[in-house]
Amino acid sequence: MSNNNVIQVDGLTKMFGDFTAVNAITFNVEKGEIFGFLGANGAGKTTAMKMLIGISKPTSGSATVAGFDVFTHAEDIKKNIGYMSQKFALYDDLTVKENITFFGGIYGLSRARIKEKSKALIEELGLESVANNLVGSLPLGWKQKISFSVALLHDPKIVFLDEPTGGVDPITRRQFWEMIYKAADQGTTIFVTTHYMDEAEYCDRVSIMVNGKIEALDTPKKLKEQFKAANMNDVFLKLARG
Amino acid sequence: MKRFIGFVKKEFYHIFRDRRSLFILFGMPIAQILLFGFAITNEINNVDIAILDHSKDATTKEIINKISASKYFSIKQMVERESDIASVFQKGHVKAVLNFEKDFSKNLIKDHKATIQIITDATDPNTANTISNFVNAILQQYQKQLNKDITIVYQIVPETRMVYNPELKSVYMFVPGVMTIILMLVSAMMTSISITREKELGTMEILLVSPLKPFQVIIGKVFPYIFLSIINAVVIVVLSIFIFKMPVQGSLFLLALESILFIISALALGILISTISATQQTAMMISLMGLMLPVILLSGFIFPISSMPIPLQVISNIIPAKWFIIIIKGIMLKGVGIQFIWKETLILLGMTIFFIGLSVKKYKIRLE
Repeated sequence: MSNNNVIQVDGLTKMFGDFTAVNAITFNVEKGEIFGFLGANGAGKTTAMKMLIGISKPTSGSATVAGFDVFTHAEDIKKNIGYMSQKFALYDDLTVKENITFFGGIYGLSRARIKEKSKALIEELGLESVANNLVGSLPLGWKQKISFSVALLHDPKIVFLDEPTGGVDPITRRQFWEMIYKAADQGTTIFVTTHYMDEAEYCDRVSIMVNGKIEALDTPKKLKEQFKAANMNDVFLKLARG
Repeated sequence: MKRFIGFVKKEFYHIFRDRRSLFILFGMPIAQILLFGFAITNEINNVDIAILDHSKDATTKEIINKISASKYFSIKQMVERESDIASVFQKGHVKAVLNFEKDFSKNLIKDHKATIQIITDATDPNTANTISNFVNAILQQYQKQLNKDITIVYQIVPETRMVYNPELKSVYMFVPGVMTIILMLVSAMMTSISITREKELGTMEILLVSPLKPFQVIIGKVFPYIFLSIINAVVIVVLSIFIFKMPVQGSLFLLALESILFIISALALGILISTISATQQTAMMISLMGLMLPVILLSGFIFPISSMPIPLQVISNIIPAKWFIIIIKGIMLKGVGIQFIWKETLILLGMTIFFIGLSVKKYKIRLE
């Protein structure tokens, strides 16, 4: 067991009645890694992720996130992770600053720290002119960037991104991935689900889930070799079609 | 604690930046209390009536004068023929026609008996009843006056006294009801909508992934509404005291405590509704159909529970509003203390605890 693993999952299973949504998945994620978590809709990736972030109890198996057990220490996990959902959920009727203050507050940051963080964040994203505008008035791409920065506000060890680029144009997506790289360079582990196969190429390693099981897990390069495919899209199609 | 304050602050931003919820919170209570107080009333005042006087003698003139002098009636028109009565009613200008028989005075003196027909428009049965009672009362008074020199040997004199609301003002009946509706609406509907909104927007998920515990999220969400509901209750009581001169006979402190208890039970219902509805629309529909209608129809607010069919009387017992209305009518109108309403209070408290327990349980299931 390497100390470098910030996520360790062993035989993790989730059943809803007779239906096995997640079927004994096993994998590790290393510190600072960008880990792509791929799968078709309904393959079980959202369920798996919910177990890792502590809002869904696994049926069996074991997993630790940031060194804490998902069964017994979900509350400790929550303090050490960041989460961004596919809805870029910010409050539309709050300003950019108010959103930052609110989310900083619920993670228990001190007032001074929030102030400092929010100033840095606004400068970095170039939001000075709209810092006091309601978030609802901003374009989707901006909301996405703010949402990501807010997820990093409390310096989490791992940040979970649930389809973070849905509905955004390619240029904004590119910029967003630059933000992800930067965070990873600073030592944050990135756990990202996506169904854009070109994005899978940006990940250090990807896993592909089919019907609740992880069917493939490796670097994009090795996966392409293994499946004799030109790109990740072909890898995915080969797997998904069985 | 600091997290909690931040949360509540955010909740107030939501409320104060949304004109619709501001209107429901502060416009509705005032509008409703004024509407119920002024417009919707059971009392009759200046009801238009018509007269058909076949005899036109001194006695009928005197009676007509008495009627038109009362504040309850104003004589809108004189009808000349029996056949015109139908058309007078159809035009809808008058609510009643008084028909004096021919030779009224002569019959009264000769036979000691004269007849007057009271025809009322019973499309509105309550008003028709009241009109007929009031006319009867005026006639009886007149009769007494005629008989004052004669001693009747056996006489039963009913002496009626209306206690707690001697002037029979309907606003006394409406204020407790409106207060109940408003508190229910603000507490249950607004909280259920605000919680489901977070679900719909996806922010609830973010909150649940944060170190905040679920109960902290819920308390943070309902706290502002407790606060606003209390303000509303105060506004309603102040309005009814100063505008409608409705006295609060009992202890204001007890009234406040009971109101807070009711507010909490309504909030628990709101949370319960939010756990079973996925969208704001659903939450609103369930609140309106599931809470407002029973409160209006079955709580005894408008329709007396004792005259309902037995099954509805039984159902009315499970409506918290029924108990709250009994409690606040007791405190406001009768001035009773806790020793007379402890049973109702206990029932309300039990219901509140049950609703809280159920919503906590439901909420947990949803998290699994």
